[in-house]
Amino acid sequence: MAREMMFAEAMGAAIMEEMQRDPDVIFYGQNMAMTERDPFLKRFGKERVRITPISETAEIGAGIGAAMTGLRPIIELYMNEFMLVAFDQVINEAPRMRYMSGGQVKVPLVLKAGFGFAAGWAGQHSNCLYHTMMGIPGLKLALPSTPADAKGLLTAAIRDDNPVVYLHHYMLMLDRGPVPEGEHVVPFGVADVKRAGTDVTIVATAWMVKKSLAAAELLAKEGISAEVVDPRTLAPLDVDTIVASVKKTGRLVLVDQAPRQSSAAAVIAGEVAERGFEYLKAPVRMVTALDTPIPYSEPLENYVLPNEEKIVRAVKSVLAKQPVSA
Amino acid sequence: MGSKTAELTKERLIWIYTQMARIREFEERVKRTFAEHPGVIRGHAHLADGAEGAIVGALATRGEKDLAMPSYRCHGYPLVLGTPARELMAEIYQRRDGVCKGFGGSMHLADPARHFPGTSGIIAQSIAHATGAGLTAQVKKTGQVIYCFFGDGSTKQGAFYESLNLAAIWKLPVVYVLENNQYQAYTHVSLEDANVMAGDPLSKKAEAFSIPGETVDGTDVLEVYDAVREAAERARAGQGPSLVEAKFYRLSAHGNAITVPPVPTQFPEHESVEVYGNKAEYAEWKARDPIAKLRARLIGNGMLAESAAKQIEDRAATEMEDAVQFALASPLPDGEEAVKYVFA
Repeated sequence: MAREMMFAEAMGAAIMEEMQRDPDVIFYGQNMAMTERDPFLKRFGKERVRITPISETAEIGAGIGAAMTGLRPIIELYMNEFMLVAFDQVINEAPRMRYMSGGQVKVPLVLKAGFGFAAGWAGQHSNCLYHTMMGIPGLKLALPSTPADAKGLLTAAIRDDNPVVYLHHYMLMLDRGPVPEGEHVVPFGVADVKRAGTDVTIVATAWMVKKSLAAAELLAKEGISAEVVDPRTLAPLDVDTIVASVKKTGRLVLVDQAPRQSSAAAVIAGEVAERGFEYLKAPVRMVTALDTPIPYSEPLENYVLPNEEKIVRAVKSVLAKQPVSA
Repeated sequence: MGSKTAELTKERLIWIYTQMARIREFEERVKRTFAEHPGVIRGHAHLADGAEGAIVGALATRGEKDLAMPSYRCHGYPLVLGTPARELMAEIYQRRDGVCKGFGGSMHLADPARHFPGTSGIIAQSIAHATGAGLTAQVKKTGQVIYCFFGDGSTKQGAFYESLNLAAIWKLPVVYVLENNQYQAYTHVSLEDANVMAGDPLSKKAEAFSIPGETVDGTDVLEVYDAVREAAERARAGQGPSLVEAKFYRLSAHGNAITVPPVPTQFPEHESVEVYGNKAEYAEWKARDPIAKLRARLIGNGMLAESAAKQIEDRAATEMEDAVQFALASPLPDGEEAVKYVFA
């Protein structure tokens, strides 16, 4: 049984349900729960739902300390850029505490932040910074592309006993989609084939999944069958599913909203080059943002970012290649 | 003595003296290790000899469930809280019998079962963690007080300001113990602090958050006790955080010299001498040793016989010699253990 929900609604439902289920879960951040009308505040009260000042270092640091001592904080950070002012806490504190203690403590913490807001938010509010957070031992990273995954991954994140960066794409917030009723948990480290195909594997995350699916529709009209694989979590990263798909199709296009060398695409391409090289019939292609900060004016921004046309062209280019000789 | 210390029994005062002596002996033995067993301690170790008044004066006010959350200069606190000295020394010596199984080292000791959840080696960041522990105590209504220890150097880092503001607005049960040992690594506090330059104490920073702030003589363990005890009572009564500045002097350099292998490391002279050429300053503060001060006071008022004091010191020496031998005999961990404990 499934219910149609908006992406943003699905996230809220996950937090509501988990706070109801586990009294140790608390929820705080800037500019939230300011008044008694806030639904979380109404339901769970002022101890567990709090408003913070603009103090990311203290917000995240306190979240770490609270998690080390028995609470399970969810911190609303709004934008991945805002984590940068407190990046020591994100990269050098939260993921280290358990390990440095020889396994004596755990840090069940969710850092929730939006990203990729390509709607004129310009250079400092539109970025995709996940590359800085993937591959950090001790840190997990999820980025859903559908309302169902949004709810399932957030539920999993809250239940995870480790620090999790949960990134939700702003351009997906109003998307509607079926969400399973009741308890819905999407495990980390399990990629999802969003569209089955045979001619090419497209690996994409978040908003780029949506663009890739649209590109796949355009390609289908020309008789090209594209498989779209959504990793859903970048840490842990399900390389096996991606390689299995490449084994089937022989061709790989990676679509990433970040610039080329600060993209997850570059990391995944490296994994496939090492673990799936024998299956490739053509070189890997990456469709990423250009190497610029994000500009404000719409035509400037559109020029920089990946879109359906660029994805279609990339797919056609890898299909045009002759198979690499054995 | 202040109003709070007047309540201290003879036994409790002797316990305080014993803990101070133990910390001093432990730190002396760590320092000697660099000369006696080179290579056994890797990286950077920071000693708290001279800080015993602040450490024990504060922790002596502790309730059974209260947490200690210090920075990376952390050897003294778990000694007081009950972690066996052997396990601490073994950790500093990289051994698998170390309290963190060799995964953390001197800067990252942890014993959460004994109310010491861990530290951070990044200056000031553990102040935020301690603040979060205060949040847990408040949400779960445990009645705990969190003892957050940090140095004067950390009070210019954003984490200090953000954390104290957050604790103040939420009235978290945290006592912020500012261990002002006059030096931030190699830099004297007067070169880097606006309050000090204006002739004000560091505790003036409490005014930024409208919380109680007090400066005490950190070489007088009972003065520290008095101030921290009141702060802890305020915290426990739900009145929120306080800042207690304990002024003293660390007797060792900031840490062992930073060298790159294969250059061996050692403990240099204190910065007052090494950097500033000020032997007089060092001598003046060494004469204000907190342990000697308490010793003289307890013997002077008849609470402790000279022979009993010596016995306490001898026992500490024996205990820490045992810790050293245990640590030297403990095996190094197997390399393949390194992939454990990344995730819970």
